[in-house]
Amino acid sequence: MAMLSFEAKYRVRGGTLVGGDLFDFWVGPFYVGFFGVTTIFFSLLGTGLIVWGAALGDTWNVWKISIAPPDLKYGLGLAPLAEGGLWQIITICAIGAFVSWALRQAEISRKLGMGLHIPVAFSFAVFAYVSLVVIRPFLMGAWGHGFPYGIFSHLDWVSNVGYQYLHFHYNPAHMIAVTFFFTTTMALSLHGALVLSATNPPKGEDVKTPEHENAFFRDLIGYSIGTIGIHRLGLFLALSAAFWSAVCMLLSGPFWTRGWPEWWNWWLELPIWR
Amino acid sequence: MRTASTCLTALVLTSALLLSGCERPPPATEQTGYRGQSMGSVANPRTLEMREAANQPPEAQPAADPSGPRASTLYQNVKVLGDLSEGEFIRLMASMTEWLAPADQSCGYCHNLDNLADESKYQYRVARQMLIMTRSLNTDWKSHVGETGVTCYTCHRGNAQPQATFRQDPGPRGAGGFTASRQGQNFAAMAVGSTSLPNDPFSRLLAYAGEIRVSTPTALATGNPRTIQDTEMTYGLMIHMSEGLGVNCTFCHNSRNFGQWGDSPPQRATAFHGIRMVRDINIRHVQPLAAILPPERLGPEGDNAKVFCTTCHNGQPKPMGGAPMLQNYPELGAVRPAP
Repeated sequence: MAMLSFEAKYRVRGGTLVGGDLFDFWVGPFYVGFFGVTTIFFSLLGTGLIVWGAALGDTWNVWKISIAPPDLKYGLGLAPLAEGGLWQIITICAIGAFVSWALRQAEISRKLGMGLHIPVAFSFAVFAYVSLVVIRPFLMGAWGHGFPYGIFSHLDWVSNVGYQYLHFHYNPAHMIAVTFFFTTTMALSLHGALVLSATNPPKGEDVKTPEHENAFFRDLIGYSIGTIGIHRLGLFLALSAAFWSAVCMLLSGPFWTRGWPEWWNWWLELPIWR
Repeated sequence: MRTASTCLTALVLTSALLLSGCERPPPATEQTGYRGQSMGSVANPRTLEMREAANQPPEAQPAADPSGPRASTLYQNVKVLGDLSEGEFIRLMASMTEWLAPADQSCGYCHNLDNLADESKYQYRVARQMLIMTRSLNTDWKSHVGETGVTCYTCHRGNAQPQATFRQDPGPRGAGGFTASRQGQNFAAMAVGSTSLPNDPFSRLLAYAGEIRVSTPTALATGNPRTIQDTEMTYGLMIHMSEGLGVNCTFCHNSRNFGQWGDSPPQRATAFHGIRMVRDINIRHVQPLAAILPPERLGPEGDNAKVFCTTCHNGQPKPMGGAPMLQNYPELGAVRPAP
């Protein structure tokens, strides 16, 4: 595969985290690296095990295939393969692949001499996943509290976990997370609309500059966060959404077992008006 | 550096504050469905212990001799317990005194002590209706109470009137104008678990046979006459059931489809009969008593205290932790032939 004209200057040696020069090469357009190898290893093994698990199940309907975690009776121990053991190995593979990918991002960032924003951002998503299948099950005393790997089945799990706390919308961390998710989409839509408008002027007009964009928002809401600022804000909003959704799940079960509406009794019982 | 440490301190303090209102892991969990579905219970083991300690059945009086002449031939005006032997009758009267009569009044709480057959006290007439009810629950409502059964103590627990009951509750009065009415909701009502759901779903759904089911059985919600208000009223009732039984929604429902019986744990069938049983209690036995009660027994809307799930369950999935109530008091069950 031919290299693009500018690619050569980015294909610099070094910057690896482990293994020195061992895997410091490219296959076609793809950087390999030690963590590229581990990513491939874990992804293939994990995917293969999912297919095996599907073969053990009773359906090939893609929506309904489900690899379920062990029964609660196995606690934090290992379960037989066909009774949740596969889920445990697949979970290890998934974490191995996700973490390898984050570290590969870190190596590439180092090669390019840029900051570690991308691996840091991605690691928030990994943290949210690890919260659900490792941290929360560990705190609750059984791997069986993890969610099943299936398109429909994981949604059933989400729904039931929510209703185990009677009304999940009263979960304060869930409130924060939902707010961040919506704010993220709003910021992204405002930003996208602004960029598309500025770069697609009517026939005969020039493409608008960032100053024009600033002026638009200063006119509209009296403030423009600026071209770098909007990306910093977007990063903050998106990471906060992932972080607080992990927190809202870590609280539910390990740190709160009753209905979430009841949690707010501390507010009702404040000595000012109780 | 200073900013970083300030941020860190703020983060630690905020997390500490957030967690201070919480419980500590690990919770006591139970799985009731297929693995990975998250069907089952999550509870604080310390709360469970407290509930168990607060729900101990009373010690039963030693069993009485069932032989000899029947109470109906020995005493006057015995209309409900006439099939009991003298020993059983006296034992049940003594137990009732222990279960619910104020200590300083004893038998005199219900009876005219100069003439025990006298019906003049309203307590006497209420007690008679309650005995009819108890025997009906133990015979007609085995679908809910099973062989465990109920006695007066299941609800009364040492009080002349059971402590957890409901009356019609119009909610707090508004100021007027746009705030004239809260439409019976949007107020953190304890009866519905501190939610903003309708604060009195009971008058319509437990003291009257209002429709509880609101979900649409078809993919598109066409032709469903149920409203958001109906739905929230049902949600309020369900929250009450959860709080009253100390369980969560997945005790009875698979939330994938709340209305589908095939996915539901067997407890839902017991609860279904329980709802019908509570309606029967309120409509047939409790509400008619309002006519003979003194004003201090009536609520602001003029109705008497009625029964809901908490009245018997008191925060447990099975009242008294499932202790067999009827076993020691077969007098309160079906009429038995004299030996």
